[in-house]
Amino acid sequence: MSSTFDTIANIIAETCDIPRETITPESHAINDLGIDSLDFLDIAFAIDKAFGIKLPLEQWTQEVNDGKATTDQYFVLKNLSARIDELVAAKGA
Amino acid sequence: MRLEYFQLIDRIVDLNLTGLTIRCEATVPTASTIFEGHFPGYPLMPGVLLIETMAQTSGWLLVAANRFERMPFLAAVKDAKLRTFVTPGQVLSANAALKHEGSGYAIAEANIAADGNSVCDATLTFSLIEFPNAEMHKRMRETAANIGLPTGAPADG
Repeated sequence: MSSTFDTIANIIAETCDIPRETITPESHAINDLGIDSLDFLDIAFAIDKAFGIKLPLEQWTQEVNDGKATTDQYFVLKNLSARIDELVAAKGA
Repeated sequence: MRLEYFQLIDRIVDLNLTGLTIRCEATVPTASTIFEGHFPGYPLMPGVLLIETMAQTSGWLLVAANRFERMPFLAAVKDAKLRTFVTPGQVLSANAALKHEGSGYAIAEANIAADGNSVCDATLTFSLIEFPNAEMHKRMRETAANIGLPTGAPADG
């Protein structure tokens, strides 16, 4: 989990010019770090490339809009790391 | 090109849906009200319209690749370089290649050349969303047919 989180945190720090030390596993990308949807596209691109996956942003957004999920489930970084690990595992299965 | 209507692509010359590349042709008009102000006595194609030309080139590639199910909207322009002046009457070759398509977004690398010389290049990010309404969808299909979108990308099906 830590290596996935570290990769994400480094991507966010570099992409959004946010001090790396302020990014923790408990940080919410939107609510705590203030990342907007356009910046998140850059982050998604970097994550897609780094992990060889395709973050299902549209599906996640739909689930949040439909009340089937909370933004915490996808945008708190420890949870985002877990989702990425799942996607990487599914790709290799 | 019809600058005042933002119709900047005259013709799709080549569309490769396997390699995800496109090449378009566009001739800068010899006269336009835009040249009266940009610049008086020294008409130049505005750089923002060159960037828009690259965006439209990339956009047609994305429309075709998504089989008219998604509309690309320009979201970010990165590393844009305007390398030389473009003057009325010049024939431009506009090219784009899909760099990455994610969930609801895509990134393309685009460039324009004229007379064999590099004019400009940029990396463009697009949001890909469903067409906002049927009228826009219809008009995009009409424009696609007018500029020769190859049948490999169905303009009517």
